[in-house]
Amino acid sequence: MAPHKDERRTLAAIEANDLTYTYPNATKHAIQNVSLKIKKGEFVILTGPSGCGKTTLCRCFNGLIPHFYQGKLEGEIQIVGLNVVDKPIHELAIHVGLVFQNPENQLFALSVEKDVAFGLENLGVPRDEMLKQVNWALETAGISDLRERTPHELSGGQQQRVAIASIIAMRPEIMVLDEPTSFLDPVGAQKIFTVIRELNETLGITVILVEHRLDLAARYTNHVIVMDKGQVVLDGAPRAVLSSEKARLLGVGIPKATRLYQVLSEETDLQAAEVPVTTEGIVNILRKRLTP
Amino acid sequence: MIAVENVYFTYPIGIEALKGVSLTIEDGEFIAIMGQNGAGKTTLIKHFNGLLKPTRGDILVDGVNTKKTSVAKLAQTVGFVFQNPDTQLFCETVEDEVAFALKNFGFKKATIEKRIVWALNLLGLTEYRKTSPFMLSGGERKRVALASVLAWNPKVVVLDEPTIGQDYQQKEKLRQFIIQLNTQGKTVVIVTHDVEFVADCNPRVILMSEGKIVGDDVGKKIFADFNLLTQASIVPPQITKVFMELRDFGFPPDVVDLYEAREILQRRLNKT
Repeated sequence: MAPHKDERRTLAAIEANDLTYTYPNATKHAIQNVSLKIKKGEFVILTGPSGCGKTTLCRCFNGLIPHFYQGKLEGEIQIVGLNVVDKPIHELAIHVGLVFQNPENQLFALSVEKDVAFGLENLGVPRDEMLKQVNWALETAGISDLRERTPHELSGGQQQRVAIASIIAMRPEIMVLDEPTSFLDPVGAQKIFTVIRELNETLGITVILVEHRLDLAARYTNHVIVMDKGQVVLDGAPRAVLSSEKARLLGVGIPKATRLYQVLSEETDLQAAEVPVTTEGIVNILRKRLTP
Repeated sequence: MIAVENVYFTYPIGIEALKGVSLTIEDGEFIAIMGQNGAGKTTLIKHFNGLLKPTRGDILVDGVNTKKTSVAKLAQTVGFVFQNPDTQLFCETVEDEVAFALKNFGFKKATIEKRIVWALNLLGLTEYRKTSPFMLSGGERKRVALASVLAWNPKVVVLDEPTIGQDYQQKEKLRQFIIQLNTQGKTVVIVTHDVEFVADCNPRVILMSEGKIVGDDVGKKIFADFNLLTQASIVPPQITKVFMELRDFGFPPDVVDLYEAREILQRRLNKT
């Protein structure tokens, strides 16, 4: 269940110290010396070049690494104060919900409803309560009409909504979403981001969103972590991270709104107190400057 | 040339995914098909190599009706890269994956080797040649799927959501690469939700909604048509959105490119 408001400012949701991991039979580290702290109630975007270790790090958050994938894990990782190495996956799953990059790897039941109910059944939630939670999750994810359908007959975008519904039904303290909207159209993606943000704000759920499309996601976050070659290379507030030279050189997908501000401030007198990360931001700056 | 003539398609479960689509794709064109989930985009492109046959209407690939030929035959002309690489990949190494179709098409051993080296290098996969595709990241697997199709050098390349899981640099490479293919005279058709990618490429855009084509024009014009975009669940690219919001200052509404935007704004800012 979501923590009390006062408590969530102080306790770390996720804390990693000097975390290094190597997959079985792999020759190089998938992540190396990763240290980070994510506070309860934060909305974090985790980004970086493809193959940089984002998905691997997410697998450490719910114990899939090391318990399922095996391999060699060094350093420390704690989730809501629990040591991941000591706790079994089923215990960690109560606290951390992971939405996979590929929804087909997550869905298996014969109906959408059963897939969404599965986690709750395993937690031993009473029937009435379960039905309520499933209804709420289906509605929140906008898929009430797909209830009786078979997940494997659905489109990629619809499957992603089912995967999200099955995680939010459990109302975990931490939600880790690995490119959860990649198959969705932009309007659908924004709807899902809005839902995630609402869950973050109203229930205090800590969100870790793995995303390349920062033009769509930047407005929702208060903390951006950038990885490269298995390491954390940038970690801070979105404006600072996205406007840094390093982010641009790394090839992080800087929103066009931010880029437009950057190229204009280099060659004109356009200056603002804060670098914009959204279209509204740059529009306001330009409007102010252009209004006589 | 691909001619789509009044095509209707109904899936066995009864869902009518295409409702009278007509479209001509000339040789050497670069087309992006966009639209909301369930609009029929993937259904349409699966007709181009005969994976699906129209319930009504016809598809002609270089004059050949897809109903009267095999997928194996069509695949030599039309290369198809799936949305989800995991539905495409199955070999034990990246190298085998790329070699698979080449062997099936009966290429010589030396040619196969050359093609593998070329395709892996092109997509930045050379270091993974002996690696299992399933050990790679989602974005990397997507590139393996692409490499395995490009290796046999089809005349038409159809890519379903090629930018999924790709970081900015990979996308930029993919963009240059598509433009290169296109310049060499290949027909490129992509299905994508990635408006920023399409804005950077500025191809001919086909907008679909509920099984029909609702818009067909260059990207610049499509993105400036707010009502059309809303109908197709597309959000305009950020640059276009900025110019739409600032139209009361007399800026043109159809700007998609960052550098064009800079020129226009710079001129105005230096004047006032």
